[in-house]
Amino acid sequence: MFTARNKGRLAMTAVVVGAALALAGCGSSSGGGSGDGDAGGSGPIVVGSQAYYSNEIIAEIYAQALEHAGFEVTRSFQIGQRDAYIPALESGEVQVFPEYTGNLLQFYDPDTTATRADDVYAALAGALPDSLEVLDMSPATDQDSYNVTQAFAGQYSLHSIADLANVTEPIILGGAPELEERPYGPSGLASVYGVTVQFQATGDTTVDSLTQGVINLANVYSADPRIESAGLVTLEDPEGLFLASNVVPLVSADVADEVAAVLNPINAALTPEGLVAMNVESVDQAKSSAEIATEWLEGNGFLG
Amino acid sequence: MNLIGDTWAWIVAQSANGELWLRVGEHLFYTAISVLIAAAIAIPIGYAIGHTGRGREWAVGISGAARAIPSFGLILLLIGLVGVVQRPIAAFAAFVILAIPSILAGAYAGIQAIDRSTIDAARAVGMTEWQILWKVEAPLGLRLLVSGLRSATLQVVATVTLAAYINLGALGYDILQGIPLRRDDQVLGAALVVIALALLIDALFAIATYVVDRAIPDGAPAPSRRILRVPPTGRAAVVGTPTAT
Repeated sequence: MFTARNKGRLAMTAVVVGAALALAGCGSSSGGGSGDGDAGGSGPIVVGSQAYYSNEIIAEIYAQALEHAGFEVTRSFQIGQRDAYIPALESGEVQVFPEYTGNLLQFYDPDTTATRADDVYAALAGALPDSLEVLDMSPATDQDSYNVTQAFAGQYSLHSIADLANVTEPIILGGAPELEERPYGPSGLASVYGVTVQFQATGDTTVDSLTQGVINLANVYSADPRIESAGLVTLEDPEGLFLASNVVPLVSADVADEVAAVLNPINAALTPEGLVAMNVESVDQAKSSAEIATEWLEGNGFLG
Repeated sequence: MNLIGDTWAWIVAQSANGELWLRVGEHLFYTAISVLIAAAIAIPIGYAIGHTGRGREWAVGISGAARAIPSFGLILLLIGLVGVVQRPIAAFAAFVILAIPSILAGAYAGIQAIDRSTIDAARAVGMTEWQILWKVEAPLGLRLLVSGLRSATLQVVATVTLAAYINLGALGYDILQGIPLRRDDQVLGAALVVIALALLIDALFAIATYVVDRAIPDGAPAPSRRILRVPPTGRAAVVGTPTAT
């Protein structure tokens, strides 16, 4: 009785596994065969996003634009950070993902020396595995930047990071814990600009810590609306300490040709100011990313 | 490649340069202070509830609800209320709230588990309510109180890793920093040290429980006889006399 039942179960498992393999085979063969750019034939395009509201807005723009162009789109948003979603992209589970050139390059090539936008983009093309490609990068950036309060900038007449040499009090840099070990962290400030700082891992409380005086130099993403709302001054980076991080779609090589025609014009139209404006709408007006994306696409004439 | 070897090397290097001991010290400091504050709040309330038998439903309800509060959310909420300058207050408050339910439950359950006839006997020989509490109920309830302290301390030692999110260091810092840097040896090393601390603390509490068990006969035929031998001012019942007669 027991063995009979077990045999039955085993047979059932074999059928399920067999079916799964057959389906997987179907998926890959049809995916490989439809290189002729026919939107309907290759199944839905899976668009992913990081667990970061600004990234989700860009993902939503890509998704709606692809839908408008006749693709069937499946959204797989808020996947987390790179360690979580890169394997999904490499396996083809997710096919389109808004990325940032510098941070992505650093993921694949931690020792990279490229920091300027074009160098980073060129290096990125070589660093990616064969299964992934990046489309054209956007002028919009969302990258690390060093910020001070207006009062502090006024007191020591600060415009660029190099001006920090004028500061006579101890400089306390705040940011995410990993900043302590990043090449653009305290060690980079010392080697590139000759500025010595102490470090505090302020994490999510970085902007508050800056305005409340726990720290006097803060690492904030350049597209963060709080730079404007909290009245922060972003210090210029003439020596290219920070890795340029332009918005760029990371896509499966299988679908790259199909989606490039839709996504490249969108990236060209996405400006740094436009990105900040959308982030403001998300943070201050609590609008959904779908709403913000539709407005942006309409405003830039992509849904006409 | 060799994660176990790398992790071990990380632990050795960090303990050699003293970084690890600083983190361990911070971790134990936050844990100890939080549990002490929680004990100072929860034990008197627990004893009051256990001794009078009043307010038990409230205590069960409130401490049950407190257990369900997510510590991370509470820390961030409190940061919003007290500001980042006062962030240690936010962290300690969250850890104390986490620790209170177990200690409170241990304190009142310890007293309520005592055979009522023992307490009635103590009252019958003329003990005041304070004497009953300190000479009968507290010693006999000590075992459950220690187990409450034990689970509270273990919860707090695990949760103190969250302190790193608000710039307070401790062992969570290495984990939090290691994840985005993809330093698996660092993440695993710090996690293993947290686990080792938890096991060490649990072992210390196991010893404490053993000592309490030896010192105070739990539900023995005539606990009152032993208790009555305790000198009026002494805490001999806790210190431990050999059970062999």
